[in-house]
Amino acid sequence: MATESAISLRDLKKSFDGGHEFVLKGINLEIPKGSLTAIIGFSGTGKSVMLKHLLGLFKPTSGTIDVLGTDLSTLSPDELTKFRCKFGVLFQSAALFDDMTVLENVCFPLQEHRRDLKPVQVLRIAEEKLHQVGLESKHFHKLPSQISGGMQKRTGLARALALDPEILIYDEPTTGLDPILTEMVDNLILSTHKLKPGVTSIMVSHDLSAAFRIADHIAMLDSGRVLLFGTPEDFFNTDIELVKRFVNKGMKHQ
Amino acid sequence: MTLSQKLYRAVFGLGRYFIGTVSDFIASTGQIILFFNESVRLIFAKPSRFAEIIRHMEFIGNQSIGIICLTGGFTGLALSLQLYLGFKLFNAVNMVGPTVALGITRELGPVLTGLIVAARAGGAMAARLGTMRVNEQIDALDVMGVNTKQYLVSPRLVAAFICMPLLVAVFDFVAMLGSWFLCVKMVALDEAVFWQKIADFIEIRHINEGLLKGMIFGVYFALMCTYRGFNTSGGAKGVGEATNQGVVQSMVGIIILDYFATNLIRLFYSLVGIT
Repeated sequence: MATESAISLRDLKKSFDGGHEFVLKGINLEIPKGSLTAIIGFSGTGKSVMLKHLLGLFKPTSGTIDVLGTDLSTLSPDELTKFRCKFGVLFQSAALFDDMTVLENVCFPLQEHRRDLKPVQVLRIAEEKLHQVGLESKHFHKLPSQISGGMQKRTGLARALALDPEILIYDEPTTGLDPILTEMVDNLILSTHKLKPGVTSIMVSHDLSAAFRIADHIAMLDSGRVLLFGTPEDFFNTDIELVKRFVNKGMKHQ
Repeated sequence: MTLSQKLYRAVFGLGRYFIGTVSDFIASTGQIILFFNESVRLIFAKPSRFAEIIRHMEFIGNQSIGIICLTGGFTGLALSLQLYLGFKLFNAVNMVGPTVALGITRELGPVLTGLIVAARAGGAMAARLGTMRVNEQIDALDVMGVNTKQYLVSPRLVAAFICMPLLVAVFDFVAMLGSWFLCVKMVALDEAVFWQKIADFIEIRHINEGLLKGMIFGVYFALMCTYRGFNTSGGAKGVGEATNQGVVQSMVGIIILDYFATNLIRLFYSLVGIT
C-alpha cells in the first residue's frame, strides 16, 4: 500500500518578476504523513520560498500545493488563515513576542483559537507544553530577552506545539547556534517527533549531520528543483555528482 | 555625441524619472488605500480585538497627555503674547481671547496635536511593527492562523480615531488656560471681558471642527505608520527607514490634509447656510 502524503507539491513554480526568472522551477514532492523530512540544499536554492508556499504565505505562479488533502489555491484568505492552525512553526530566530513572557507566548495561540477553554485551562496546557520541551517553571515569567537562545528555541517549540498541529515545520532551527546547542535542538526535534507519531515534521536545514541522523526522508533542492528525494541511505548511495559533492563537503565540515 | 543628442538624452532621462516617480506614487497610494480598506473591514470582523484597542488607546491617548498639556499650555501663552503685542497697537487687546480661541480650536489644536502624536505614537507604531516584521514575529502570527492586519493594524486605527479628538480637546483646554494666564495674570486684562469675548465669538461648531480634524489626522497617521511598519524589509536599516518614512509622511500629510479639511468644512458650512 502506498504511503499517504501529508504534503504534495506538483510542478510548483514561482517567479517574483512576472515570469522572467523563476526561483522555483517545477518542484514535485510528496512528503509522507507522520515522517520527519529534511529539506537541504545550497543557499538560494529556494528552500525558504518553498516553505512559505507550504504555509500559504506565497501564492505559486503555477502548480498545486496539496496539504492534508486540501488544495491551498481553493481557499479564501480567511479560510487560509484558519487552515494555518494545522501548522506549528519553529522559526530560525524563534520569533517570540518580545512584549510577552515565556508563558504568555505559549498561551497566545490557545487564547486565539481555543476560546472554549477557561484561562486556567489555557495556563495548564501552556505549562504542560513548556515542561514537555524541557523548560523549567522558574523561566515561565521571564521575557524572551531574559532567557538564553536555547531556551528561546524551546519556548518557540512549545508555542508551535500548543495547538497540537498536524504538521510541524522547523525553519533552519540550528543556524547560528553553537555545537552543544545545535545537538540539544536536534534531540528536541527528534524527541518531539517520537512523542507525536502522527505528526508530519519538516526541517529546513544546512546541518547535514543532523538531517542524516534524525530525518526519515531528505529532499535536496538545487536551482529551484528537487534534485533527490529519498532516505539518508539513498543519499549516500547516489550517483548524482552534485549530491555526492554536497554530502561529502557538508559531512566533512561538520 | 552632439549637443542635440545630449539634450535629447537629458530630457528623456528627466521624463523617465518623472514618469517613474508619478507611477510609483500612484501604485503606492493604491496599495495604501487597499491596506486601509482591508484594515477597516477587519475592525468589525471576529474575534473582537477590544482588549487590543484599549491597550493602544492607553499608549496613544493616556501616555500623550503630558506632552500635549505641555505644548498646549506654551502654545496658548506664546500665541496670546504675540496677539497681545499686535492688538495693543490699535487698542484691540480685548480681542486676544477670542482670536486665540478661534485659532486654537480650529487650527492649531488639531494640527499641533496631530504632529506631536504622529511623532510620538506614530513613530513608535512604525518601529514596533517594523521590528516585528524583521524578527519574523508577524510571520509567526500569520502561521498561527491570526489575521495580522486585524490584530496589529485595525486596533491601532480605532485607538487613534478615538484618542485624537480627546487629545485635541485637552490641547484646546490647556492652551486656553495658558492664554487666560497670560492675558489675565500677566498683562492684567479684565478677566470678565476676556471670557465674555470668547463666549461672544466661539460657537460649539468651532470646537467640533477641530475635533473632526483630530479624528481625520488620527486615522491618517495611524494608517501611514502602520503601513510603513507592516511592510518593512531589510533588517534594522529597514526599520529605521520605515519609521522615518511613516513619521515624515504623517507630518507632511497632516499639514496638507488640514488645508483640504478646512476647505471642505467651509464648503459644508456654505451648503447648509452657515456663514
